[in-house]
Amino acid sequence: MPRMRFSKTGNAVWISHLDLMRALQRGFRRAGVLLKHSQGFTPHPVLSIALPLSVGVSSDYEIADFELDAPTDLAALPARLNAALPKGIEILECYEDGEKLKHLKWLEARLTLIYDAGVPAQAADQIRTLFARPSLEVEKHGKNGPVTVDILPMLHAYSVTQPDETTLALTATVSAQNPTLNPLLLLTAIEAELPACKPDFTRCHRIQIMNEAFHAFR
Amino acid sequence: MNTKLERILPRVQKPARYVGGEYNEIVKDKTQTDVNVAFCFPDTYEIGMSNVGMRILYAVMNDLPWCACERVFAPWGDMEDELRKARLPLWCLESQDPVRDFDMIAFSIGYEMCYTNILNVLDLSGIPLHSSEREGLHNIVFAGGTCAYNPEPLADFIDFFSLGEGEEITVEILECYRRAKQAGWDKQTFLREVAKIDGVYVPSFYEHVYNEDGTLKQIIPLGGAPKTARKRIMQNLDTARYPDKMIVPSTEIVHDRMNLEVMRGCIRGCRFCQAGFVYRPVRPRSVQTLHDQAIGLLEDSGCHEITLSSLSTSDYRYLPELMASLEDYCQEKKINLSVPSLRADNFSRELMLKLQKVRKSGLTFAPEAGTQRLRDAINKNVTEEEILETCKIAFSGGWSNVKLYFMLGLPTETDEDVLGIADLVYKILKTWRENASNKKRGLRIHVATAFFVPKPFTPFQWEQQITPEEYTRRQRLLKDAMLSKSVEYNWHAPDLSQLEAVLARGDRRLCRVIETAWRRGAKLDGWLEYFDYKLWMQALRDCGIDPAFYTTRGYAEDEVLPWDSIDVGVTKRFFLRERERAYRSEITPDCRAGCAGCGANRLLEGGVCDA
Ligand code: SF4
Repeated sequence: MPRMRFSKTGNAVWISHLDLMRALQRGFRRAGVLLKHSQGFTPHPVLSIALPLSVGVSSDYEIADFELDAPTDLAALPARLNAALPKGIEILECYEDGEKLKHLKWLEARLTLIYDAGVPAQAADQIRTLFARPSLEVEKHGKNGPVTVDILPMLHAYSVTQPDETTLALTATVSAQNPTLNPLLLLTAIEAELPACKPDFTRCHRIQIMNEAFHAFR
Repeated sequence: MNTKLERILPRVQKPARYVGGEYNEIVKDKTQTDVNVAFCFPDTYEIGMSNVGMRILYAVMNDLPWCACERVFAPWGDMEDELRKARLPLWCLESQDPVRDFDMIAFSIGYEMCYTNILNVLDLSGIPLHSSEREGLHNIVFAGGTCAYNPEPLADFIDFFSLGEGEEITVEILECYRRAKQAGWDKQTFLREVAKIDGVYVPSFYEHVYNEDGTLKQIIPLGGAPKTARKRIMQNLDTARYPDKMIVPSTEIVHDRMNLEVMRGCIRGCRFCQAGFVYRPVRPRSVQTLHDQAIGLLEDSGCHEITLSSLSTSDYRYLPELMASLEDYCQEKKINLSVPSLRADNFSRELMLKLQKVRKSGLTFAPEAGTQRLRDAINKNVTEEEILETCKIAFSGGWSNVKLYFMLGLPTETDEDVLGIADLVYKILKTWRENASNKKRGLRIHVATAFFVPKPFTPFQWEQQITPEEYTRRQRLLKDAMLSKSVEYNWHAPDLSQLEAVLARGDRRLCRVIETAWRRGAKLDGWLEYFDYKLWMQALRDCGIDPAFYTTRGYAEDEVLPWDSIDVGVTKRFFLRERERAYRSEITPDCRAGCAGCGANRLLEGGVCDA
């Protein structure tokens, strides 16, 4: 099954997962490439996106698998699709024989913490100390209401830098599936445990996803 | 992106509807254009983007190299709260520039319940509400759409109205504004000039004088304004601009598919239906044009669904040819072709059974009234036999779902007519028992009743609306007569329809009511989440206005009507004649069977309808 890698940036970050599916399906049609359709009473195009992004999160590394109705030159497909997609969605490559999705294990994300009045003193250190604790319980919304999880076993590596006076950049590699850690829970932890370090606004960006061996997932 | 906006968006529902950037959006450099228009459909993005007229005019305005037209919609309540908190003005989607920076603000107004949204959009943009408070040429506010046919409830807020189909008149209006801007006219001069365009109505050029009993005494045209302003139509739909590239929303909208407009106007003449009269005369598009448009739109948009839309698509004369011409393409490309507003006659029956989409949604009929007598009175030409025959075929083909739409409170309606609905439902049930191929699945009949709203420019424009209490009584009467477990009955609450009647037939005194209601918090009144009846009643009381004046009172035939300054083509004489026929339960044959002399043909060069 062919696979595509794409980015979702700019105003396209506000497109929800379901709407993105629709936008991609339409992109294929506009490009004159028909997706294979499932059998059954209401046939739908075969296209699925791995690890749906939350609304508002940008990404340079999205993966979607699809099936085509007729053989098509995959190398030429990104250019054709890009001419047909809304601003902010860019197909980076299409290829055959991608890794099995079950090998998708890690996700690298960057949280940009913005402090309008300047980064609080020692904020970076405090965050480092926080993540150095033996365990860190965070409350998250589960299917049956709030549940508490220890996020640290799912946090593989991280770094905190301060690119300028009002910004902290927290880059983290977290478990993408089995179990899944939404990188935004790192922010939840900071806000709950270090109220003085609560940012005024945070941007979240997915840098890449990786396999068990920490290689870029193909 | 504006950082304030970026911070708001994560907190609101469906943020994609506020940022633009969709496929086929048109973004122009506004330093290079002469006239910039903020084009507003005063409801949510999902509703506004589903409107075909909006899409046509977006193309028409942006076709002009010297004009930039950008879109704006009413924000949902959560977004409004955020905007007000952050003191951000409402912006247009394309450039995210504030609405108030645009030369003109154009509203497309499709229904009465969005009147407060107009005020809200102006206010959120930081634009003064009243025409009289907006001086100079900047922020000229004009409006078109079906509600412009009775513009009086908005007379205080809108500088001028554009009547009828907008493809040509909008260009003429913008050209006039362009001249005004270049020559540095004042607003009065501009209004005087723009009023010379056929189809433009400037409310401030008319004085309304009232009798002591509150009825209108006289409408006085001022400064040489014409007695009436006549709506515009397109003479030839094959040459009329229809966008070949339509914006494809990145988020789901109400009608999330491409739309083909197969014809304008309706041959039927149902006596309660405003659209049926104000869009006359009937004009079809040719199969060739529609075929090319369909394929062009589908290829360009990437949509997999297309609707053949019009007020009554099964009356489109060349429907079989059109369907045949699209069949192979749709099959091959897995395109869903849908035909709404089908009737229960022979031809539609076959079509209905052919279109697989119907299977999902079930059969839909809108007999509107329960007895043949009342159906004749309202000129709804559908018979019980036709409905039962269609049901019979469908049931034997495995269908098990029927939807029926009716109105309660129609002129001349008696309890017998109300109970006639139950009777018809019972006959459908019986037809199912006798014909169903698969009885295990059981039958579902959905019955829905709406509350009749008398509208301007219909034969029922003078009628009394029954009281909400009486509507409720009839609705209970019907409910108690439909006890079968197969029947599900839904009824509209009467509140909204009562208010709709007030606004639809309202005069200028309602401007204050609308403003008062809005100041008390009314907005998005078409949405159950927001509609607040008590608030509106309070606003009416505050303004000393009795809603009954506009609803249960009824209008006298010799009374001056607030919308008498507007000419939609169909004559008052015809409406009066049709009203009398209604009282005699006499039907009027459709335009194809013979011209009934409604007067709309006068709008056509040549004067003969191609019904
Ligand atoms: S003029 Fe005659 S044919 Fe034309 S719309 Fe009116 S009734 Fe129909």
